[in-house]
Parts: sequence; structure tokens; C-alpha cells
Amino acid sequence: MEELFLSRNFSVKNAHTMPVYEQGGGYVALKKAVTLESQTIIDEVKKSNLRGRGGAGFPTGVKWGFMPKESDLPKYLTINGDEGEPGTFKDRSIMELDPHRLIEGCIITAWTLGLRYGYIYVRGELQVAIRRLESAIKEAYAKGYLGTKILGKDFDFDLYVHPGAGAYICGEETGMIEGLEGKPGQPRLKPPFPAVVGAFGAPTLVNNVETIAAIPFIIERGGEHWAALGIEKNGGPKLYGLSGHIKKPGVYEAPSGITVRELLEEYGGGMLDGSELKAFIPGGSSCKVMLPAALDAQMGFETMRDAGSSMGTACITFMDQSVCMVRIASRLAHFYHHESCGQCTPCREGTGWAAKVLGALEAGHGRMEDLDLLMDVVDNIEGNTICALGDSVAIPVRSYLEIFRSEFEEHVKLGCCPHPAWSIRGTKPKLTKPRADTHQADA
Amino acid sequence: MALQFSPGTETEFIELISRYPTRHAALLPTLFLAQKDFGWISVEVMDYVAARLELSPSKVLTTATFYTMYNKTPVGKCHIQVCTTLSCAFRGGYELLEKLEDRLGIRAGETSADGNYTLGEAECLASCGTAPMFQVTDSHGDIAYFENLESDAALDAVLTKLNERIESLPDPRKMH
Ligand SMILES: Cc1cc2nc3c(=O)[nH]c(=O)nc-3n(C[C@H](O)[C@H](O)[C@H](O)COP(=O)(O)O)c2cc1C
Ligand code: SF4
Ligand code: FES
Repeated sequence: MEELFLSRNFSVKNAHTMPVYEQGGGYVALKKAVTLESQTIIDEVKKSNLRGRGGAGFPTGVKWGFMPKESDLPKYLTINGDEGEPGTFKDRSIMELDPHRLIEGCIITAWTLGLRYGYIYVRGELQVAIRRLESAIKEAYAKGYLGTKILGKDFDFDLYVHPGAGAYICGEETGMIEGLEGKPGQPRLKPPFPAVVGAFGAPTLVNNVETIAAIPFIIERGGEHWAALGIEKNGGPKLYGLSGHIKKPGVYEAPSGITVRELLEEYGGGMLDGSELKAFIPGGSSCKVMLPAALDAQMGFETMRDAGSSMGTACITFMDQSVCMVRIASRLAHFYHHESCGQCTPCREGTGWAAKVLGALEAGHGRMEDLDLLMDVVDNIEGNTICALGDSVAIPVRSYLEIFRSEFEEHVKLGCCPHPAWSIRGTKPKLTKPRADTHQADA
Repeated sequence: MALQFSPGTETEFIELISRYPTRHAALLPTLFLAQKDFGWISVEVMDYVAARLELSPSKVLTTATFYTMYNKTPVGKCHIQVCTTLSCAFRGGYELLEKLEDRLGIRAGETSADGNYTLGEAECLASCGTAPMFQVTDSHGDIAYFENLESDAALDAVLTKLNERIESLPDPRKMH
């Protein structure tokens, strides 16, 4: 790819500081934005075909259009930096290596929609990201890009970092708002949507880190330019995180619409020596698993759906022939059960049942009837819960069972798992080991 | 003994509450400050935080127990958590956990008798491209990521570094 956008500063030394960021053209977009009308900017964002990078792919310009113009309460911006979807590690790079990009995007967004306060919700483990964002915010205040009368305009905006405290469910937008308010991260029933009643009862915009980091470029180059860097309905380049059994795992910038094969071969260096691709997960563990036959699918929300899965966070996990699909499904069910916030019975109980049944199957204690039981369990979760975490377990688990049914049956017939290890160099797996989460005992 | 934030923490706390429209919203970061000063989040610490934020103790309790980063029982001076989610598991996350069990002489979920180390698992820590990895949270509340720990040499280098520092760290059990 010729010109880099989102990752252009990733290898620039000290790009997380104001002087270096400004030398590279930083905050020029902000200065341009404050000369533009709100509606002009919203139209540019619509034209750009920018899609939400948190996983759902909602068109960003459309979401912005939902924000009420008038409000008695101050309106809020909340940035989702909770990055917890298994296999996903892209927003962390932006926050650690190019924090000003995100901050500039926040200020432009606030100008456009009349937002008064902003919070960047960063998962608490990412202390480097938190420190860098906080010091970059300080620099932005010192420059007059944050605070009151920004750039001499009738424009006040304050921006803060809010640390998460270890809960995957706070990645869900209303769970995140609960966490911002100091409460347990239990998602809210929608409607009302955050644009109407969000943080502190006020209209609130929720966007992902990578989504907002793209805004300065759209202002600078125009929406059409951004759209042209992608495919139909999916504008711009984006970040792809590649991991698993590949030679060069990492975060790479590439156009929307690139194929999985190109990502694997040209960016990820191909599979490890001795490894053959068995399956991949295209965008975090909530997506359906895919087979090598789908390698030529394009990374876009519609194209991945048509290929039988979803783009999700576009962080792809590649798995080789040593991987047991029953174990993957079991490990994932365990994850979602652990992370369920517990308010909906189908999710709380269903994830527990799925984890139990899958654990037994993987250990070789399963029966053939368990496969139907498992299908029943996930059918009862899907669509019956407050938030999408329920679907996030039902949809992938069903896909493992449908696509790799013979592996499940083999476990039952053999009475054990035929795949000896997690990793290609590995020893024996230890899925049956009791959970070592020392925090859970008293929770 | 009545609990009291250290002077430095007190300054941070005052700045913190100015960031939010409600005191309740300052609860997550305030619990981190409390854990930094008092080592772990006991009922006594929850009561102190409740008083400082003018919240009912039950509100503090429900939040403190919901989030896994608050230790409701003390852990070791260094809390090592190995990521064992998919991408890490594929690159040796479980093997790393076993090696640590051998090196530290404790099983996952346990704390060493001297109170130095607690070993555990973590779910995906947004480090999947540099697997296998673990995070270490020390008793000051500082978190460090150690990544690309496929080789024994890489692991040994990290453990040596941790061992050199461990004497200078306070024991969470004795911090309040
Ligand atoms: C269980 C669950 C976890 C989620 N985790 C994240 C996350 O870590 N980061 C994120 O940006 N979005 C996450 N989302 C999506 C958010 O709810 C929301 O759609 C997104 O932040 C909106 O921003 P966007 O439109 O810019 O993508 C999650 C959703 C669910 C249901
Ligand atoms: S679906 Fe699960 S995680 Fe979501 S609100 Fe219901 S119980 Fe909580
Ligand atoms: S799977 Fe270990 S950091 Fe993501």
C-alpha cells in the first residue's frame, strides 16, 4: 500500500508527543474543521463510507446524524477503548503509538456535534495507553486545543481518560456507560439508545477508537477520497490484526476489501513452517469460523457476511491442522460464561450449560445426544438477551458444531480428544485444570 | 487504624473527582487509587472509599465485586497472569503457565508462601500478535506486559528482573 494513514506514525519515534505529531501535519485537520459547518462535516463523514470499527460496522455518519442538535443537558462523547474481544489488538496500537490522532478526532467530533465532555474508556490493563493518552491530553490543553474557547471559537470541550477495571462486557456500549458512571457493567435495554439517553442521562455518542482516529483524515482529504480507498459501502483503509499460527503476526494497515489471502500471504508472511491452514476466525471470537475455501473473501462488512461469517473487528486468528475445533468451542464457551454479566437467564445459564457440555465433549465424556443438546442450548440463547453477548456465544459455537461436526462425533466415539496439543510445539492440553482466576473466588 | 490516602494519592483523588459530573462516576479510578495505597480492597477499604465519595457502602461493594482487577483478597507482591485465550494458547500460553508453575513452585491460582508471587490466567489482553505473554501487576498497582515469551531464555530474563525488584515491593497483606 502506498500511503499509510492510521498507522503512519506507528514507526515514527516519539509520535505520541505533540511536537512530533504536529510536525507530521497533526491538528491541521482540527484547524480546518472549526471553519466548517456541522452539517458539512456530517455529510463528509457520510460520504466517506466510514463504518464503526468496534465490530458492528454501523455507518458512522448515520450514527452522528442521530445525535440530537438541541439538548438541555450537556452532550457526551464516549470512546470505546475497552478492546477485549479475543483475538483483537488494534486499538491498543493507536492509543499507545499515536494518541494525538485519536484526541484530534475526538475534538473534531465534539465540534461537529456540539459535545461538551468526552471520556476515552480504556481497559485498565493498558496502562501505557492510559499514560500516553493522559500526557497527550495535557499537551492539547496547553496548546488550547482542549478546554474553553478552543481555537478562539465559541467551543468548549473537555476530554478525560476513564480506566476500565477488568470486564469484557464493558466493551458493549451501554455496559461501558455503566462503567463510566461507576456501576457494574451491566448493559441496558435499548431503546432508549445512547444518542437519546446515554451517560449521565444525556445524549451520548459512542464510537470505537479506530473509528474516531480516521476522522482527521476525512476532514483533510474529504469524504470521497476516503471512500475511494475502500470498496462499496466500506470506506478507507483500516487496521488488521493478524495472529495465530503465522510467520509475522502483527497489526497492519491495508485497504478495505483486501482478501484474507492477501493479508495472510503478503502481510502475515504465510503460515508457520509445518503449519497448514485449517480454519480462521475473521474478526474476533464472536464471528463464525471459516474454512480455507473462504480465503478469497474480501474484508468488508457485506462481503464477509456473504462469505458466511462477519468482519467483526477485522483481527484475524489463523489456526493450523493441530487445532482441535471442539477445544476451541469449549474454550470460547468458557470465556463467554466467565464474562457474562449475569442479568439475563438465557445468557447466564446458557453459557454455563454450553461450557459444561463442550467441556465434557472435549474431555471425551460426551454422548451423541449432547450435540443436539448443545444446539438446543445455543438456540435458546440467541435473540433472547439484553445485549449481543448472548449471540456472541451462540453464533460461533453453532458454527463450530455445523462445520466440524465430524470432529465432535469423533470425540464421542473415541472417548478422548485426538489432538494432543494447543500449540504446534506443545505438550498436553490442560483444559480441565481449575480456573486460576484468583479474583473470582470472592466475587 | 483509620485509613487515609497518602498525600500524593489525596492530590490525585481531588483532581479525579473534578473530572466527573457525579461522585459515583469517580468510583472505578478511586478504587484503583485505594488498591495502590492499601494493597487490596477489603470491606474496610470499601467503607473508606464510600465515605470519600459520599456513596452507600453497598454501591461500592457491588462495583468492587463486579470488576476483576480489584483484589478482594490480597495477592502476592507480583501478580502474574498468563493469557490463555486462543491466539496465545496457539503460541504456547498454556505451556508458559506450566513453566511458571515449575519455576515458582506454585500452581495456577496460588500464592507463594513468602507472599511474593501469585500466578493465574487472564483472558485476551490485546496482545495477540506478540503471544505468548503475561502481565505482571505489582503491589504499587503498576502493570507491565511481557510479550513474545516463547523461549526459556526470554522467560528467565523476565523472572530474573522480577526477582531483583521483589524485595523492594511492599507486601499487600501488610499494607493496611
Ligand atoms: C459483548 C460486546 C463487547 C464489545 N466490545 C467492544 C470493544 O471492546 N470495543 C469496541 O469498540 N466495541 C465493542 N463492542 C461494540 C460496541 O457495543 C459498540 O457497537 C461500538 O463501540 C460502537 O462504536 P463504532 O460504531 O465506532 O464501532 C462490543 C459489543 C458487545 C456486544
Ligand atoms: S446477554 Fe449476557 S452479558 Fe448481555 S446483558 Fe444479558 S447476561 Fe449480560
Ligand atoms: S489471545 Fe492472548 S492477548 Fe489476545
